Amino acid sequence: MRPNLTSIDGHDPSKPAFSVSNLNFYYGANQALHEISLTIADRIVTALIGPSGCGKSTFLRTLNRMYEVVPNTRVTGSILLRSKDLLSIDLTQLRHRVGMVFQSANPFPKSIFDNVTYGPKIQGDFSRAELSNLVEESLRRAALWDEVKDKLHKSALSLSGGQQQRLCIARALALKPEVLLLDEPCSALDPISTAKIEELIVGLKDTCAIVIVTHNMQQAARVADFTGFFLMGKLIEFDRSTVIFEKPKRKETEDYITGRFG
Amino acid sequence: MASELKTSIHAPSGRGSRRWRGLVGFAFTGVATLLSLGALFSILGYLIIHGIGAIDWNFLTKEPAAVGEAGGGIAPSLLGTAILVTISMIIGVPLGVGVGIYLSEIAGETPFARVARVSINTFIGVPSIIIGVFVYFILVKPTNTFSAVAGGLALGIIMIPIMARTTEDVLRLVPNSIREAGLALGAPRWHVMLHVVLPAARAGVITGGILAVARVAGETAPLILTALGNEYYPTSLFKPIDEITLRILKYARGPYEVWHQQAYGAALLLVFGVAAGSLLLRLSMRAQGANR
Repeated sequence: MRPNLTSIDGHDPSKPAFSVSNLNFYYGANQALHEISLTIADRIVTALIGPSGCGKSTFLRTLNRMYEVVPNTRVTGSILLRSKDLLSIDLTQLRHRVGMVFQSANPFPKSIFDNVTYGPKIQGDFSRAELSNLVEESLRRAALWDEVKDKLHKSALSLSGGQQQRLCIARALALKPEVLLLDEPCSALDPISTAKIEELIVGLKDTCAIVIVTHNMQQAARVADFTGFFLMGKLIEFDRSTVIFEKPKRKETEDYITGRFG
Repeated sequence: MASELKTSIHAPSGRGSRRWRGLVGFAFTGVATLLSLGALFSILGYLIIHGIGAIDWNFLTKEPAAVGEAGGGIAPSLLGTAILVTISMIIGVPLGVGVGIYLSEIAGETPFARVARVSINTFIGVPSIIIGVFVYFILVKPTNTFSAVAGGLALGIIMIPIMARTTEDVLRLVPNSIREAGLALGAPRWHVMLHVVLPAARAGVITGGILAVARVAGETAPLILTALGNEYYPTSLFKPIDEITLRILKYARGPYEVWHQQAYGAALLLVFGVAAGSLLLRLSMRAQGANR
């Protein structure tokens, strides 16, 4: 399914972030994803929506090979990250280029500073000054710097839920990823925290591609340029958000959007 | 019925037989608690009454006097206990924690892991005298000497499954979400284990260690066959060494009144030592927790 991407400003459609072809995914004997093909464009926000259990989170986790921690899983088909097959990229490298933020904030029980520097320290050696700058830059990008700049050495667990989630975003951004995957990042948060995170997501797309899984259709309509609708492991429709939400081409999409099922 | 609505935490309310059953259960558990506490406090009281007189400066610093004479102390056994516990920790902690880490983080559900887990659980229940017999045959007999090393080895072997169990349990309590977070940041599994999971479980592992030490410090049977006991300060790790429970055993069994009193004193010291140790531990854990 290749939508027309040329009309998005500042974006080169010949260099997508991800090209997925005929992806099938199995948990043991159970097939969770069926022949998924799509292109995730660079420097835009792509949302994946669909009812519970439709496979959107499973799909997201194939993009950084997180399924490998689960035993008995199998993948067929191809996923290319900027024209290179995911399986041929070193796993640590891959996860530095493709960051992930999870549904429930999961900061380490360490200081705020140590949380953000965890990833970079795996990448290589940095001086104290470089790390400090990196921490400030990442926290600013995650719209958290002003709230924590005076307490970087306090435990991350002393922050509120919304702040912890922004810390997780800063932690992922510290590696300067090309793609940021977000798996329902706001589902455990109050509306104000949600609004803050949505705002920063839109701001981040200047520097990286964003893929966000959400069960909240209004959120997808608010933040995403492109939206894919998943149902029972299949990608039903993938198009500009304005098309999906205003003039969907498939009946299943329309039924879901209008709330005929959830 | 307005009159029956006046509930109190002490009296079960309700109709007829249900009320009686409530009262009986209540009475039964209350009596069980009182009996248990009664036993505990009688032991403590008995120890205090009979033992407090024995504890003085000589008691804590002198070697035992000539048989049956007053004025001696149990100092060698205090030092011996410290030495034996240290040796047991050198053996028991790394091996036990290592097994715990392996079972929680690396092994998963392979047949080998399942056998290992069952073995550890069984091992915990093995009577300590059997471990004493084992060390007797593999170390004491071949070297023809009882020794601190043999005693420490026996205690260390007892410590291994305890440490393994508590370490595995504590590591399993660390939420999987932070392991995922580490992996998603590109860390290999060993890195996540070393830098994320272990630090998160640190408090629990330390508590487990202290509890294992408290358990091991009170073991007597295995030491009868390995450390044997001694009247003098330890001069070598390869010779018999005294330990507080061995001293209690020797003095309690002997015919001398002086000995009996000193046995009470030593027992009192042991009980309060362990109690003070765990209290200190709780206080320091709370202080650490407040610093978070």
